[in-house]
Amino acid sequence: MMRHIPVREAILASAILLLIVLIASRFAGFVTPANLANVFNDTAPLIILALGQMVVILTRCIDLSVAANLALTGMAVAMINVAFPGLPIPFILAIAVTLGAMMGAINGVLVWKLNIPPIVVTLGTMTIFRGIIFLISDGKWVNSHEMSPAFTGFPRAAFLGLPVLSWIAIITVIAFGVMMSRTQFGRSIFAVGGNPHAAVYTGINVGRTQFGAFVVSGALAGLTGYLWVARYAVAYVDIAGGFELEVVAACVIGGISIAGGIGSVGGAVLGAIFLGVVKNALPVVNISPFWQLAISGSAILIAVAFNARSGRTKGRIILKSAEVTQ
Amino acid sequence: MSVLKKLATSVALAGAMLGTPAMAEDDVRIAVVVKALGIGFFEAAAQGAEEAAAELGNVEIIYTGPTDTTAEGQIEVINALIAQQVDAIAISANDTDALVPALQRAMQRGITVISWDSGVAPEGRQLHLNPSSNPLIGNMIIKLAADHLPEGGDVALLSATTTSTNQNIWMEEMNKVMGDYPGVNVVATVYGDDLADKSYREATGLMQSYPDLDAIIAPTSVGIVAAAQAVVDAGKVGEVNVTGLGLPSEMAGAIESGASQSFAIWNPIDLGYSATMLAYELSQNDIEAVPGAEIPMGRMGTLTLDDSNEGAMADPFVYDASNIEDFKSIF
Repeated sequence: MMRHIPVREAILASAILLLIVLIASRFAGFVTPANLANVFNDTAPLIILALGQMVVILTRCIDLSVAANLALTGMAVAMINVAFPGLPIPFILAIAVTLGAMMGAINGVLVWKLNIPPIVVTLGTMTIFRGIIFLISDGKWVNSHEMSPAFTGFPRAAFLGLPVLSWIAIITVIAFGVMMSRTQFGRSIFAVGGNPHAAVYTGINVGRTQFGAFVVSGALAGLTGYLWVARYAVAYVDIAGGFELEVVAACVIGGISIAGGIGSVGGAVLGAIFLGVVKNALPVVNISPFWQLAISGSAILIAVAFNARSGRTKGRIILKSAEVTQ
Repeated sequence: MSVLKKLATSVALAGAMLGTPAMAEDDVRIAVVVKALGIGFFEAAAQGAEEAAAELGNVEIIYTGPTDTTAEGQIEVINALIAQQVDAIAISANDTDALVPALQRAMQRGITVISWDSGVAPEGRQLHLNPSSNPLIGNMIIKLAADHLPEGGDVALLSATTTSTNQNIWMEEMNKVMGDYPGVNVVATVYGDDLADKSYREATGLMQSYPDLDAIIAPTSVGIVAAAQAVVDAGKVGEVNVTGLGLPSEMAGAIESGASQSFAIWNPIDLGYSATMLAYELSQNDIEAVPGAEIPMGRMGTLTLDDSNEGAMADPFVYDASNIEDFKSIF
């Protein structure tokens, strides 16, 4: 898969290491293996969503509805759990993924069949999904004591030293690594984003690929919806408010080009981890809360500036020849 | 949809009107008007109003309100109550100003009007009953933590956003009374932005930065729940007590797990009880609501009015393992 070590990922990885060293100099406890595992676990939802978002951005689209999708699915499965406490977790997972995929499909169909710009479609569905949560929940919370122990326990259950939530993120990363490099769907995503016109000539259906990307992103948002609600043991209208921007930021930091066609699984994962480290470090390094937002924002800008410089000539556009002859 | 809602409101009103003739002629009729029907908090307030009515003896409570939380719906309700010539209206308003004309009309017809919980502008009511006051809340949040720290200890605050007015005022009031709690140190103030995930992370960070932390005070309903979950996940139940302001329905799990020993919020039953008592005093005992007046409200003591004819009922009510079961289904 990797012919040589990609520059972008290497820079980002060293930035993360440098960051961790800096944090450790202020708060030594941050670099204990247990804490790093906690940070990874805390970042797991962001990693999963960033991978879904990556696929969408690669096809020259954007999915702003992921956080709302997450919240709606989370509320739905929480309410299902309250109504049927005995329902086994695999069913809950299946429902979450299906619901999420359906919401992603709505985005996809609107983009594919009606040709509405993705940013408009997902801005709309974002609001609609949040509205639906209010409708189905009546604005009420689903609280920890109403959820079954199995429901809230699943993402925390330890397996080989890591919580299930972390394992799900790891499995997703591996699955995406294989999908993006080894499957027809994965390659067609790069092709569609790199040069849609050329992709059409090679027999790839651009609209359907974008639809597929939205479904993948939606399914992952749905899955994360369950994990999120179970982890924080609460579901209400505003959960993960504004999280879609963090997801997009993780992708951008990871070197996924907003213009589509350029990016990698490793980049998205590192971008998410970078943000996760920043978010988890800020509370422990004793920086005034008034500065924290500014610091988060600057970190993102610096990372992106690095990426933009290092990646200027190294775009990985496939079907380059097709683009030239077009 | 709105037609349906209007229909439902009128049916509810018709029901209320039909109910009245059966009552004795000389009963004092006090209307308790809420933001919307079907909300646990207000149902509990109605329960308190009935308690006051039973104590007073000759009072009939008309519990009413629109089906959704709109000022228009409440105006319709008020107009109907004026037509019924009730003796008093105690209202939790959906809008500070919009209800003023309707309520002024009621007062012109000799109906006593007070607001409670959510206030009306001064010209639209005789007095306003606040569930508590900023100084009382500020004192309560530190008291909740200090009560479980007889030897003193380190506590940290987990607030909403840096710009949340309510939380900032309460923390300011808390700082003023810190002298009353010797040995209790506030070691940090962090902000969870009223987001479950950020609050959870901040609470986790607090426990890492201050390994000897004894309590986390979160005067916000999202923060307190998230902090309790973080304490459970960190295995620090019994070491770190999460307290502050929260709703019983949302905090039942935290009390059960032991992550929270106690927390506080207004008691809606007391609020409905006090509002009814005050409305009765003003309408029947010729007590005038003027600044500085002290008006009795039964078992809740007396209400002292400030310059804008507002008063605070009591300290926030403390919920713990002994009473959470009774309240968690209410609100």
